[in-house]
Amino acid sequence: MEGYVHGLEWTTKELFTYPNEFIYWSIQIVMYPLMTGLVAGAFVLSSLYHVFGQKDLKDMAKFSLVFSFALLIAAPMPLLLHLQHPLRGTEVFFTPHFTSAISAFGIVFFTYSMIVASEIWFVYRKFFVEQALELKDKEGILNKIKGCIYRILTLGAYDISEEALKKDEKAIKILAGVGIPVACFLHGYAGFIFGSVKANALWMTPLMPVIFIMSAIVSGIALCMLTYILIMEWKKFRIKTSKKPWELTVEDVKGAELELIRKTSKYLVGFMIAAITLELLDLVFRGYTAVKSWDILRSVIYGKDFVNIFILQYGLGNLLPFVLLLLPKASIRRMVIALVLVLFGVFMMRWNVVIGGQAFSLTFSGYMHYHIPIIPHNIETFKEGLMGALVVGVMPFVLFWAFNKIVPSLKYK
Amino acid sequence: MKFTRRDFLKTALSGTIASVLPLGGLRILKPGEVRAEIEKTNVRWGFLVDTYKCVGCGFCVKACKLENEVPYDAPVTRTWIERYVILKDGRVFADTPMGGRDGFVSLKVRETEIKPADIAKAFFVPKLCNQCEKPPCVQVCPVGATYQRADGVVLVDRSWCIGCGYCIMACPYGVRFFHPVYRTAEKCTFCIHRLVKGMKTACVQACPFGARQVGNLKDLNDPITKVILNERVAVLKDEYGTKPQVYYLGLDKNVR
Ligand code: SF4
Ligand code: SF4
Repeated sequence: MEGYVHGLEWTTKELFTYPNEFIYWSIQIVMYPLMTGLVAGAFVLSSLYHVFGQKDLKDMAKFSLVFSFALLIAAPMPLLLHLQHPLRGTEVFFTPHFTSAISAFGIVFFTYSMIVASEIWFVYRKFFVEQALELKDKEGILNKIKGCIYRILTLGAYDISEEALKKDEKAIKILAGVGIPVACFLHGYAGFIFGSVKANALWMTPLMPVIFIMSAIVSGIALCMLTYILIMEWKKFRIKTSKKPWELTVEDVKGAELELIRKTSKYLVGFMIAAITLELLDLVFRGYTAVKSWDILRSVIYGKDFVNIFILQYGLGNLLPFVLLLLPKASIRRMVIALVLVLFGVFMMRWNVVIGGQAFSLTFSGYMHYHIPIIPHNIETFKEGLMGALVVGVMPFVLFWAFNKIVPSLKYK
Repeated sequence: MKFTRRDFLKTALSGTIASVLPLGGLRILKPGEVRAEIEKTNVRWGFLVDTYKCVGCGFCVKACKLENEVPYDAPVTRTWIERYVILKDGRVFADTPMGGRDGFVSLKVRETEIKPADIAKAFFVPKLCNQCEKPPCVQVCPVGATYQRADGVVLVDRSWCIGCGYCIMACPYGVRFFHPVYRTAEKCTFCIHRLVKGMKTACVQACPFGARQVGNLKDLNDPITKVILNERVAVLKDEYGTKPQVYYLGLDKNVR
């Protein structure tokens, strides 16, 4: 056979399907909404400090802002890896066709990255100026390069008087406030991409964008809580191991940590309830109205995908962490387990929507199964397999590490 | 100077257009656009499938693959034939091995051996792009690589398609796939390259039984337009609001 039939390698078909049907949207399309969801969540968390003045989140705010930017830069990666012609990907920005939901990506993505980038700039402007001035007269090629980078980053604005910094504060507040709805839009429209496909019986529901936003906030809060705990553990570790006296003791940190996590978990539980309610409403509605597609949907939901949906997503990913979060006498370890499970639950939800939506044929009398390529043997099985997904998953952390070299977001004074 | 009737018509036509344009008022059309507008009013390609005549030989699938350079042994195809076997107990069996390219020569539907005595009815249904009046595939393309011509035919620009697969997801008929060589969205084009030269599509030409016919739905004297107007015809999945333009004679309720 000449050429490469996309989807043939990881799709098995059962009963009557059309010849051209395959799993065309695979793991990368699962990763995409997962990533944008995390972007939205991380940004919302950083805004809690800047807009709503949650003082105890000060350190977190810087961290989650820079992390959100790293996630954001990595967010188009799954889309790009999924394209058959990745080099033409920029056409989405340059020649958008506005009746398509995907074409909005360029605009929303750029607006949002501009907001985050400028917010970072305002937050770090003072630091840039200080660095630029400090490195000016230092010897050594590395210092020269660094100095040059910081000089460029100041954009020529060297005024760091009280007054100027006050203005910065104001700008940050506005940007953080505007960013919240834009972040939600970035994700809600990812839900629209699926919800508006009328050919797909599982996807087509106006609830899809709302369900996506809810689960995005859930995943974002969970990831940020998790990273917050990790940072606090690191802090405790530093206090324990350092020789110099700290003004805080391990107990202080522990108390503050648990307190904040308890507070935030209330929001988490709230959004989880909203997400699950919407999903169940969708399910009940489909069962009750039982239109033509219900027979095949039921056989997928209650049959083929039962384990994925009811055991992994609702059971392990929702119910169990729900109980863990609500049981009295919360401990950090239990919280960590609950949060990891929540994140897993959100991943499974994306999986069950994207892959589950392709598990049945357009004939309504056949099925398709996706076998995720584990060990790649060509570029396609790499891109649309486990390895590609891992690359996408690791990418934000690599980017964050690189950004952190220039805008240190984990320094404590 | 000779002033022929053709010249007269030309002048009259451009005169009419010229006088209408300022009234329509917003912009001056380029000559190509004017021609497209005129064509738009004259041609709308449509298709008629007579399922009573189809014997499932698969000649059309073969012809299409060769004409349109879709790799012969790839399981994807621009047009295909489905076989439906409905048993006396009401069970429905359907299949389309290799899109029906090699015909249907076995009584086996996938793994099940069917006994001729059990069969209530059996028939074949050719499928191809419906060149929908309201094509969702065109609506969802993020870069406008897939578009609809004035004569109704929906095409893909291989030099522009980014290969996102959104159109494949959006087509309710499972018509689209990625071309194994070009890796861009691929679909039936009604052999538009042949139609514009006054020829028939490859599948129509290859069908020995006249089960497939292509024609201009705007021409009331066209044989297929007459059939569509006068006989009882059906289309596939009209509940999606796509307004498909491939009409079927003898469509059964079991057809998917
Ligand atoms: S049949 Fe499918 S590919 Fe053809 S025009 Fe309609 S939606 Fe588009
Ligand atoms: S696969 Fe190509 S033609 Fe189809 S929607 Fe994507 S860019 Fe458009």
